[in-house]
This record gives sequence, C-alpha cells and structure tokens, in this order.
Amino acid sequence: MANKDVNVKNSIKIETVLKEPGPWSESWYNLKKNKGAMTGLFIIVIFILMALFAPFISPHDPEAQTIAMRKSPPLTEGYLLGTDDLGRDMLSRLIYGSRISMIIGVVSVGISLVFGLLIGVISSYYGGWIDKFIMRIIDIMLAFPYILLTIVIVAILGPSLTNAMIAIGISQIPKYARVVRASVLAEKESDYVLAERSLGTSDLELMFRTILPNCLSATIVQATLGVGEAILSSAGLSFLGLGAQPPTPEWGLMIASSKEFITNAWWIVTLPGIAILLAVLGFNLLGDGIRDILDPRMRE
Amino acid sequence: MVKYIAKRLLLLIPTLFGVITLVFFMIALSPGDPARVMLGERANAEQIEELRQELGLDKPLIQQYGLYLKRVVQLDLGKSIATGQRITDEIKVRFPATIELAIWAMIFATIVGIILGVTSARKRNSWVDYTTMGGALVGVSMPVFWLALVLIMIFSVRLDLLPTGGRMNVRYYFEPITNYYVLDGLIILFKTGDSKFIISALQHLVLPTIALGTIPLAIIARTTRSSILEVLHQDYIKTARSAGIREKRVIYRYTLKNALLPIITVIGLQFGLLLSGAILTETIFAWPGIGKWIYVSIGARDYPAVQGGIIFISTFFVLINLVVDILYSVINPKVRLQ
Repeated sequence: MANKDVNVKNSIKIETVLKEPGPWSESWYNLKKNKGAMTGLFIIVIFILMALFAPFISPHDPEAQTIAMRKSPPLTEGYLLGTDDLGRDMLSRLIYGSRISMIIGVVSVGISLVFGLLIGVISSYYGGWIDKFIMRIIDIMLAFPYILLTIVIVAILGPSLTNAMIAIGISQIPKYARVVRASVLAEKESDYVLAERSLGTSDLELMFRTILPNCLSATIVQATLGVGEAILSSAGLSFLGLGAQPPTPEWGLMIASSKEFITNAWWIVTLPGIAILLAVLGFNLLGDGIRDILDPRMRE
Repeated sequence: MVKYIAKRLLLLIPTLFGVITLVFFMIALSPGDPARVMLGERANAEQIEELRQELGLDKPLIQQYGLYLKRVVQLDLGKSIATGQRITDEIKVRFPATIELAIWAMIFATIVGIILGVTSARKRNSWVDYTTMGGALVGVSMPVFWLALVLIMIFSVRLDLLPTGGRMNVRYYFEPITNYYVLDGLIILFKTGDSKFIISALQHLVLPTIALGTIPLAIIARTTRSSILEVLHQDYIKTARSAGIREKRVIYRYTLKNALLPIITVIGLQFGLLLSGAILTETIFAWPGIGKWIYVSIGARDYPAVQGGIIFISTFFVLINLVVDILYSVINPKVRLQ
C-alpha cells in the first residue's frame, strides 16, 4: 500500500516535470531522439577533445622532421598513420589540425554572427530608410559569389590564417543578417513586444532582450552549418596559398603541399581530406538535426 | 509579367553600380602600390612615377573612380598589366572554357541529382534512401579540391584512363573555332570526319565535371527528395492514388511537376555559384577559364584584371539569379501577383 503511494507520488512528480519543460530542455529532448544530430554531436565532441588535448595525445611533435622516416606508409612502427614528405607524423599533424580548424570555425562564425545579429536586428527593428539602405548593401554583397568575395578580401588583407578567418567571417555576414532580419520582422509586432513597449522599455532593451532571444532558432541552425562551411572555405583558401602558411598543420594546406606525391604516397593527400570531411559532416549532421526539430512541419 | 521583369531589371542598376564601386575601392585602398609591384624591386622612382601617370594612379582617388566608372559603363574594363591585352578580350577567350565546364557539371548534377532524389523519395526510409541521402551529405561536406585530387590519383595516375588536366591533348594540332571545345570537336567531326578532337575534349571534361558537379548534385538530390515528399502529402496525390493510378505515373506525372519549383530554384542558384566555385577546380585541372585567370591575376597583383574579372563574374551571377527569379514567377503565378 505504502509502496503504491510512493509510486503515485513519483508519477505525479514526473508528470509535472514533463508538463512544463523549458524551451531548451524540450529541444534537447527532441534532439536526443534525432540519430543524425547525435552522430554529428558525437563527431564534433571528438574533434573538440582532440583540439583541447592535442599536446597530450599526439605521439609526436607535429613539426618535428625525421628525414630517415620520410613518406612511411600508415601502420609503420611508431607512426600509425604514416609520415609526410618531410618525415612529420601524420597523426600528430591531423590532431593539431583539428585545433586550427575548430578555432577557424568558431572565430569566423563569431564574426558573422555578431555583425549579422546587429545589422539584422537594427535593420528590421527600425525599418524605413535604415532598413532599405542596409538591405541594399546586403544585396550588393550577395551579388558577389561567396568564394570570390572571400578570395578578394584575403588578397587585399594579405594571405594569412587570421585574414582568412576575417574574410570568411565578413563574407558570411549578409546570410546571418537576412535570417535575423526575417525572424525579427515576424516577431516585432507580437503582443508581448507591444506590451513591453507600452511599459516604456527602451529600444535597445526591446531589440536585444525582448525580441532577439525569440529569434535565435533560425540563427542557431545557420551558425551550426556555418562552422562546417567555414572549415571548408578556410581549407580551400589555404589550398590556394591564401590561408595558413607552412609549416602550420592546417588540413587544407597539408593537402596542397602533398599534391606532388599523389603518385607514390596516397595517404599524405587522402588523410587530411578525410579529416576535413568528417569535421564538416559532424556540423552538417547537427545543423540539419536542429533544423528538423525546430521546424514544426518536420515533426511527426 | 512585363512590369515585373522591368522592375527587376531596374533594380539591377543600383546593385551593379554598388558592385563596381565596392570592387574599385577595395582594390584601390588595398595596401601596396600597384606600379611598384608591377615593376619589381629594381625599378627607380622615375619609372614608377611614369607608370603611375600612365595608369592614372597620380590623380585623386575620387577622380580615378569617376574615370573608371565612365569606362566600365562603356564596357571598357581597361588593360591587363601582365599581358597588356584588353581585359574584355582576355575574358572573351576564357569565358567559353568556364561556361563549357559549368554547363557539363550542371547537366551531370541535374540529371543524376533528380534521379537520386526521386528514387530516394519513392523508397523513403529504405536502405536505398539512407544510402543516397548519406552519400549526399558526404557530398556537401567534402572539400572539392580534395575530391579533384583523389579523382586524379585514381583515374589518371593509377588507372591511367583520363588526362590529369587541360582541355585538349596538347599533341594534337587543334585550332579552336568557337572556343567551346566539344562544339569545335563536333564541327571538325562533321567537316572532316576526324573524331579525335571531340573524343579528347570529352575525355578532358570527365574529371573536372565530376569534381565541380558533386556539390550541386548532392544539393539537388536533397532538394528533390524533400520537395517530392512534401507534394506527396497533398490531397490531390491521395486522390490520384485512390483512383488507382500506378505509383510511377503518380510520381513522374503528378508529383514531380508540382515539386519542380524549389528544384529549379536550386539548380539556378547552384549554376551561378559554379562560376566562382570553378576557381579551385580550374586551378587543379589547369583549365584555362575565368576562375584560374582571376586566381593567377591576384598572385601577379594584376589589379585591372582582378577588378574586371570580379565585376564580370558578379554581373553574370546577378543576371543568372534574375533569370531564375523570372523563371520562378513564370511557373508560379503566386509570386507575380504579390
């Protein structure tokens, strides 16, 4: 009898917990059911762990050259994934490379996110000529094909990893600004905003404290996918010699400097590409998953 | 309809004006004196000054901008520093190479993409669907230049089946007629019966086409699948099914037609993007198109060439997007009426 009581109590407790989940815990609950998103998250976590603990898990110094061991194939003793043309350990370089790629992803998405949010919110909140003017500039930026814009900005700033991140960040701003603008536009006439406004809340507070938090879902999807895109773009820039410079163990650069060896050392060109592929795949899976759970149409 | 097109065309003018302005100032304000870069380390101050005058770099910036704008409006993009040729002529020679590759890549991506997307939607949640969509996800996550190198490694180096780069076997005595090599090869085939040119042109196209077409292919396949699935929920499809129409006919006759809108939009957008995405592909396959030319010009600090090339590509990109929008409104009257 007593036992049953406890059970009833417990079930009531559970029910109340389930009935009023916060917006985040509900999303997390849905996300956990999405296999693709979880796979993506798993991949991302692995890469982040590799990036954080690179010095501890790398078997060798990523820039140490052992000339005697040049171009050793994978599974050579002491070199699990082989060595490159200068006798540097591939595995260690790939591990350190994840550090660079994660930083690139976060920094360039950070740049586009900050400016995109600011521009998008201001543009759509004030409307009128400010909105028209900003949107014209956005249109002009979108008239440049994205890759071309990035390449030109880097060419002007000078080729380096930092400038590549800045270039990628800048050329993605229009995308974020548009997404944010559209969602703010949908929110700004809602009752809760009007109510806040009638209480005399300042514009700044209305924009960033009242409206913005309700517009973030589309931006989160965009940002997650954006990290993958940034990793791809920076690899491309480095491949063209416009990003990271040797001997940085950046994945795109590793592919570029191994071009001549495709005839006799397949692993030098193949492995960094697989690393890029996996990292980008992780962010794409997670981004797609988040979009699916946030889009009511996709829910069964 | 005419009014809609006219309005869109009119809106094009400020955008293109903005593009030209932005490109001009980005290049003009970039660090380094183009005259000094062009003449190299050993030039003396007099020579540099002379070249600066010749290029109009000694005038105030705003005057330079006015002059540049005036020339661009007259379709004069200036002369290349590296070759001394007119930029418009440089573009004329290279544009066919880029377009030819882009068209083949797009044909490849569209046909394969739609077939895969339709199959995936028809057999949704089966292993066919999972494999195709998994493959598509890998396709969009892959670095294009890496795919290109792997393709070269397998098909050119290992199997020795296809050439590693270029547009035509260099040992052939080939004189381009239209600069579209497949077309040229066909013309020669009909004129003289010699098939080696068309075969060589097609062989050189295979790997760049796959490399450039993979991302659009993956995106088209994904869009086709989701678009078809959305239409399949509609009542008229249920009606068609309950009327006993065969599934294949339901899909190809009734569903695909109504699912085409987003697919066409994606195809158009991807085609525009291909023109700039070609920079990497063209560089790897030594494909003498606009993308490779802009890349080489950046390295050589050939500023007029970079400016001209970017203005040209962006204009083309904007025009393609416009055509896509117009096409969209032709198929979908809802847009026009707004």
